[in-house]
Amino acid sequence: MPFDLAFAWSILPDLLRGAIVTAEATFGGMALAMLGGLLLALGRRIGPPPVAGFVRGYISLVRNTPLLVQLYFIFYVLPLAGLSFNALGTGIVTLGLHYSAFLAEVYRAGIDAVPHGQWEAAQALSLSRRDTWRDIILPQAIRPMVPVFGNFLIGMFKDTPLLATITIPEMFGAAEQIAGDTYRYNEPYTLVGLIFLLISYPAALGVRGLERRFGVH
Amino acid sequence: MTASVVDLLPNLLRGATVTVEVTVAAGALALALSLPVALARMSPAWPLRVIGTTYVEVLRGTSALVQLFYLFFILPLLGIRLDPLPTAIAGLGLNFSAYASEIVRGAIAGIDRGQWEAAHALHLSRAATLARIVLPQAVAVMLPSFASLMIQLLKSTALVSLITLSDLTFSGQALITTTGRPFAVWGLVLVIYYVLSLPLAWASNRLEARATAYRARPAGAI
Repeated sequence: MPFDLAFAWSILPDLLRGAIVTAEATFGGMALAMLGGLLLALGRRIGPPPVAGFVRGYISLVRNTPLLVQLYFIFYVLPLAGLSFNALGTGIVTLGLHYSAFLAEVYRAGIDAVPHGQWEAAQALSLSRRDTWRDIILPQAIRPMVPVFGNFLIGMFKDTPLLATITIPEMFGAAEQIAGDTYRYNEPYTLVGLIFLLISYPAALGVRGLERRFGVH
Repeated sequence: MTASVVDLLPNLLRGATVTVEVTVAAGALALALSLPVALARMSPAWPLRVIGTTYVEVLRGTSALVQLFYLFFILPLLGIRLDPLPTAIAGLGLNFSAYASEIVRGAIAGIDRGQWEAAHALHLSRAATLARIVLPQAVAVMLPSFASLMIQLLKSTALVSLITLSDLTFSGQALITTTGRPFAVWGLVLVIYYVLSLPLAWASNRLEARATAYRARPAGAI
C-alpha cells in the first residue's frame, strides 16, 4: 500500500478547507451546548415540577441515544415541522442539543459543589434570587467546570465526522469526497486521522493543565 | 399510525439484534484488551510504557468513525479482507479498549500503596499481588465506569451503519427509503436505543451505589 506524498500534499488544501467547517461546527455547537446546558440545569433545579420533569426526561433520552440517529431525526424531521436550516445549521443545532444534555449534568455538579454557606450568606445579605445566582453561585460553580468543558469540546470535535452523513463538507466529508473521486483511500483518511490527532492530543494536554489550575481536587 | 408503527417494528428489531451483537462483542474485546494496555502504560519498562501510551493516545485522539473507515477501506488494500461485522467489532473494540484501559489504570492507581507494601512483606510476588490483592479491589471501583462506557459503546455502534452493516440505524435508513416516514422511523429507532440502554443505565447506578456505599456510613461508625 503505497503512500503517495505528492498526492497527500495536493489534497491537503481541500482537507484544511474542510477543517474550517469542522471548527465552525465545533465552536458553534459548543456555544449552543453551554447555553442550553445551563438552561436545562436551571430548569431542572428551579423550574416548576412539570418543567423539571420534562428536563429530566429530555436529558435521559438525549444522553442514552446515538448522536448519529439524533442527527438524522433532526435533519429529516425539522423540515416537516416547517423549520429548515441549511445542513451546517442543522449540524450545529444537533451537536448543541446533544451536548447540552451532558453539560447540564456538569452544571448541576458544579452548582451542587458550591458550599451551602454561600446561599445562606447571600440570603443574609438580602440579595435577590437573581443576584445570588448571577453574582455568587454561578461564578464559583463555573470555575471547576472549565476543564470539563474542555474535555467535552474535544469530544465534540471528534464527533464532527458524523456531520458528513448529512452532507456537511467538514474535514471528514472532504476526505470521503476525495476518496470517492480518486479511489485513493489511504492518503485522505490517514491525513484526516493525523490532523485529528495533531489537534486533539495537544488540546487534551491543555485540558490536563487546566485541571491542575482550576481543579478542585 | 398504530398499525404502521407495528409494521416498522420487525425490521427495526432485526437491526437491533445486530446492534446488540456488535455491542457485546466489541465490549468483550475492549475489556479483554484493557488490562494488558493499562499494565503496559504502568510498566517499569519504558518501551512498554511508550507503546501503551501511543496506543491509547492515537486511539483516543483520532475519531472513531475515521478509525472504522480506515479498517474498512485500507485493510483490503493490504490484502486483509474482513466482512463488515468483524470490521465493526474490531474497530469499535479497539477504540473503546483505549478508554477502558484508562478506567483500569485509574482504578489500579487508586489502590493504596500500603496494599502493595503489605503483600511484599508477606513475600507475595508482584504478579500475585496484582492478581489476588490489587485487582479484586480495583474491579469494584471499575465496574460503574465500565457500565457507563458500555452505554457509550451501544450508542457508538450506530456508526457501523456507515460501513454497510445492517444494524438498527441502517435498518432505519432502509425503512425511510421504502416508507418515506422519517418521523415515525427515527422516533422509533431513538426509543429502541433508549430501551436497550436502560439495563446498562440501571447496572451503572446500582454498581455506583455499591462502590460508594462506604461513604454513606454514619460518622464515627467503623
